[in-house]
Amino acid sequence: MQTSTQPRFGTEELSVFYGTNEAVKKINMEFPEKSVTALIGPSGCGKSTFLRSLNRMNDEIASAKVVGKIWMDGQDLNDKETDAVTLRQKIGMVWQRPNPFYKSIYENIAFGPRYHGTKSKKQLDEIVEQSLRRAALWDEVKDRLKESALALSGGQQQRLCIARALSVSPQILLLDEPASALDPVSTGKVEELIIELKKELRIVIVTHNMQQAARVSDSTAYFYLGNLIEHDETTKLFSNPSNQMTQEYIMGRFG
Amino acid sequence: MKAKTADKIATGVIIFFAVLIVAILGGLLGFILIRGISHIDWHFLTSPSQNFKAGGGIGPQLFNSLFLLVLTMIITVPLGLGGGIYMAEYAKENKLTGFIRLVVEVLSSFPSIVVGLFGLLLFVNTFGFGYSLLSGAIALAIFNLPLMVRITEQAFRAVPREQKEAGLALGLSKWKIITSILLPVALPSLITGTILAAGRVFGEAAALLFTSGMTTPPLDFTDWNPFHARSPINPMRSAETLAVHIWKVNSEGRIPDAKDVSAGASAVLVIMVLIFNLVARWFGRVVYRKITASKQVN
Repeated sequence: MQTSTQPRFGTEELSVFYGTNEAVKKINMEFPEKSVTALIGPSGCGKSTFLRSLNRMNDEIASAKVVGKIWMDGQDLNDKETDAVTLRQKIGMVWQRPNPFYKSIYENIAFGPRYHGTKSKKQLDEIVEQSLRRAALWDEVKDRLKESALALSGGQQQRLCIARALSVSPQILLLDEPASALDPVSTGKVEELIIELKKELRIVIVTHNMQQAARVSDSTAYFYLGNLIEHDETTKLFSNPSNQMTQEYIMGRFG
Repeated sequence: MKAKTADKIATGVIIFFAVLIVAILGGLLGFILIRGISHIDWHFLTSPSQNFKAGGGIGPQLFNSLFLLVLTMIITVPLGLGGGIYMAEYAKENKLTGFIRLVVEVLSSFPSIVVGLFGLLLFVNTFGFGYSLLSGAIALAIFNLPLMVRITEQAFRAVPREQKEAGLALGLSKWKIITSILLPVALPSLITGTILAAGRVFGEAAALLFTSGMTTPPLDFTDWNPFHARSPINPMRSAETLAVHIWKVNSEGRIPDAKDVSAGASAVLVIMVLIFNLVARWFGRVVYRKITASKQVN
């Protein structure tokens, strides 16, 4: 999996520094099309930081510095010349805690597309319905689109956030522990959704839950202290890891 | 057992203080209202004040207080919002912004009489605005800006970071995120801040003595051309506000009914602040509901 040639979407020697502390160390990774890549590892191993650097979200943190290359279709996203605002439209993101906007359900979805130029009411209606359907939320909210998104349950809010990310037609979806604040039923729904969505998208998911990684992902990467220890097909990594440290982690001996 | 006793004592003390504060507030409010309310009638609210005779009203003063509030807020709100948003969203954390923050903190505890003297020297004399509503409004804006900046900065900082990141992840510009995503969330705090700042305008006397002056020219309430000398909305005319009037009739007034006038005027001032509070909150709630589609303010 590790390669020094340009991946279609992936990183080349990507490091993240907080001040002088190197939180993520020279990661080479590729995220294949139509598949789910899970990032696992103990707390503080750099997996979330790595994920957040993929759509330049770490730009917002003054002390963070990202070096190396992030390739997407021949373009280096980490290049200073690359406009972070436009690239983020192609890379959707969902956070650990549901963070719907303080707006109506409809507005949560329609806001992004309208900003990017879709003005017609009919088209926006379509995008809203499409996105909510893809997030498996349409049937639950179709009669209350004008109500506040904050009135939804946590699980519904999280699917709304996924729908919101889908509304601007991203090619990649970054999920930062998307189910860790949800109850088991909602978690199951989000997992089903991930498996459904990978038919069209690249998905990268950070998770603390190894069963979840095993259930939803095609390949899994194990991070430890900012290093990528092992990246392999999920079935192989969980049944027969090549690295001793990975073995110990998935056996639950530490972390 | 011991912890339980300590808990009981602490609870008792806290309840005592709470009741005490409510009692003081209620007593004060009741005292002012009961003493003043009998002097308030339509004539008192609308007729001009008298300098030597009894039976004068507070019409112009009431109008001055409201108009000065509008002028002050026109200056304070945009500047305060701009400064606060800059401090919260744009300014880098370094020595300069640390210094600016320190200056804002110091300014917010500045004595208002000093602000008034500063206004006298700079706006009234050097700029030649004279004793005028404009001088008073600028002085009060200076007096209120630190509060407004701090409240705005805190309101924006209190918005969860994930809200901003969600906007970024959709490819929105920073400006769009601030105006369309963060502002609605911060709105309730901003309204509270604006009400606080406005309350200080109603109540302020010291900073206005030397800026908007202690007299009001005869006003013609049928003339709304702001350039006419007798127009109520001419910003270059001097204007005695309600709070200044209360101070004046008590300290150097020569009217025989000074006690009654000041009691009535005090009650009017308190009622005005209350009404303004309620209206501003109601208005804020309507706006908040409209832009967030929510049923209640959280």
